[in-house]
Amino acid sequence: MTQVSTSSTSEGGGLSDATYGELREIAARYPQARSGLLPMLHLVQASEGRITPEGIEACADILGITAAEVSGVATFYTMYKRRPVGDYHVGVCTNTLCAVMGGDVIFERLKEHLDVGNDETTDDGAITLEHVECNAACDYAPVMMVNWEFMDNMTPQSATELVDDLRAGTEVHSTRGPRIVTWREAERVLAGFSDDLADEGPSAGPASLVGLGVARENGWTAPGNDAGGRTGSAAERKAESEPKQEEGQ
Amino acid sequence: MSTDTLTPVLTDNWDQDRSWTLAAYEERGGYGALKKALAMRPDDVITAVKDSGLRGRGGAGFPTGMKWSFIPQDNPNPKYLVVNADESEPGTCKDVPLMMASPHTLIEGVIISSYAIRANQAFIYVRGEVLHVVRRLQRAVQEAYRAGHLGKDIHGYGYDLDLVIHAGAGAYICGEETALLDSLEGRRGQPRLRPPFPAVAGLYASPTVVNNVESIASVPSIIGRGADWFSAMGTEKSKGFGIFSLSGHVANPGQYEAPLGITLRTLIDLAGGIRNGHELKFWTPGGSSTPILTTEHLDVPLDFEAVGEAGSMLGTRALQLFDETTCVVRAVLRWTEFYKHESCGKCTPCREGTWWLVQTLANLEKGIGSEGDLDLLLDQCDNILGRAFCALGDGATSPISSSIQYFRDEYLAHLTEGGCPFDPVASTVFAAEGATS
Repeated sequence: MTQVSTSSTSEGGGLSDATYGELREIAARYPQARSGLLPMLHLVQASEGRITPEGIEACADILGITAAEVSGVATFYTMYKRRPVGDYHVGVCTNTLCAVMGGDVIFERLKEHLDVGNDETTDDGAITLEHVECNAACDYAPVMMVNWEFMDNMTPQSATELVDDLRAGTEVHSTRGPRIVTWREAERVLAGFSDDLADEGPSAGPASLVGLGVARENGWTAPGNDAGGRTGSAAERKAESEPKQEEGQ
Repeated sequence: MSTDTLTPVLTDNWDQDRSWTLAAYEERGGYGALKKALAMRPDDVITAVKDSGLRGRGGAGFPTGMKWSFIPQDNPNPKYLVVNADESEPGTCKDVPLMMASPHTLIEGVIISSYAIRANQAFIYVRGEVLHVVRRLQRAVQEAYRAGHLGKDIHGYGYDLDLVIHAGAGAYICGEETALLDSLEGRRGQPRLRPPFPAVAGLYASPTVVNNVESIASVPSIIGRGADWFSAMGTEKSKGFGIFSLSGHVANPGQYEAPLGITLRTLIDLAGGIRNGHELKFWTPGGSSTPILTTEHLDVPLDFEAVGEAGSMLGTRALQLFDETTCVVRAVLRWTEFYKHESCGKCTPCREGTWWLVQTLANLEKGIGSEGDLDLLLDQCDNILGRAFCALGDGATSPISSSIQYFRDEYLAHLTEGGCPFDPVASTVFAAEGATS
């Protein structure tokens, strides 16, 4: 493990004025400002590379609560990190289903390959490895996450290739999403600041569509109704789409 | 009237080009149901959802329309709608693909539902660990505002609604609705004592409806096509369709949308059978918190009543399938470690109990202990079940007590063999490919 530089913006330990302004902006989205605390802490991570004491103070100051109250929240949630995180947070699902399907083997292989333990960062500051809980993609098991983007149907070989590519700076794409951004950039999106990548990636991965495919093959649909719905063949749907616009007014 | 085996409604547009965009959604008649709802009285919208028989799709199965009708309209505080998009129950993987492929289905449902309960502010609380889903939701909300589906005086009906996408930060407990509300208030996600229920004192101590993604996403189809259309599908007390998520040792894992009451036997058949050369050993009907079932339950109709009678729960229809290569003790230990990790620490039975469960189970898995430890485990479960503050503690006991019920001999085999008799590599997907070397 090694130290990763904490921040380019926090000279002398304080948050930049821009970050401070954005923290206020988050708080203003809610009827009660304190509701903004979780996204605010995501923004602290985006700006500082981790939850820093200064970040905690800033949140407390803006929300008019104590630093202890903010700390209590920051330490409760697993996505908040008190130690610097690498450019790429690599998660391996080791909850039961993924573990059985190969997640345990993959996690062991990556620890060995990267020479780190759980929740540790490689010497070059590129990768933080962590085993994660079920990430709601069980039909793509074994699942890995890079900066909280899906990497589906992994094997020990594809997992080691993935981390090698990330360390080498090769552009990597999620199997169901855009090119992988850095951990800090990802945290900024979670704080509610768009990176305009929503239109990248497919509508759905193959497993998400497998039942729909079976239905299409067999001509199965939800029952039609008199009002005309979204069922039927694609051609019928197309024919219906015009009147349907006017029908609901 | 006979219904087809699979009935794609929520999944029906997932194969459409750029299905997540407003243009694609509206091309298929999207937001038509919203305009229809806005022309109705809010109480009539609630009645329609009640009449449809829609029951909560987040696991508990509480009637959605009834939940809405509990909102006291004479309460002077603002009303809130909060969508529970914190999909984290192990095995559950339906809401995430829905929000990824068709966020507007959910958003249209949010607007109709908020209108029905007379809320002017809604939130989608989405778990933080699904970045691209967060992006798609943020973009869809932006598009909906621009199109006048959200904001002030929506489509000239004098109704205002604001919607905020709120990303969580990694805590399974936030899927519990009162913990979710505490989290949304910027606190540690710990459950609240009930009563008062959220309908009376929820977010900011104001009347609040908390519903699962799939429940809310089902609302536009109910309003658009009628309560009768919805209730014509499903079984007597479990109406409509639902997404069944098959994962594990099956040839084609994935999402299968069908009327409630379909059986696992049919679903496995549609999914190409259990993986080649293997047979089903045990499965969860609705996530890890629902007691496991075995091959004797293949013909149980997957609805709330029949799965309950079989000794488990329908839950979230998260069907995790394990074949004969899987060690049930290893599977249960891993789930138990999960509950221990995710216990919020608020109540003693769960906080302390899950630690004891892991300790006892971990020893058994290593072949350490005696047959009496099985009784000890069941005793520990007794001290958690019904005594914990929320359902997390109860859920932690489900895999243990059910696995001892069906696979007691396998636990004992660990003791007689001095460890796990299974080869963990044999259960991996890449076992046959020789990719493990």
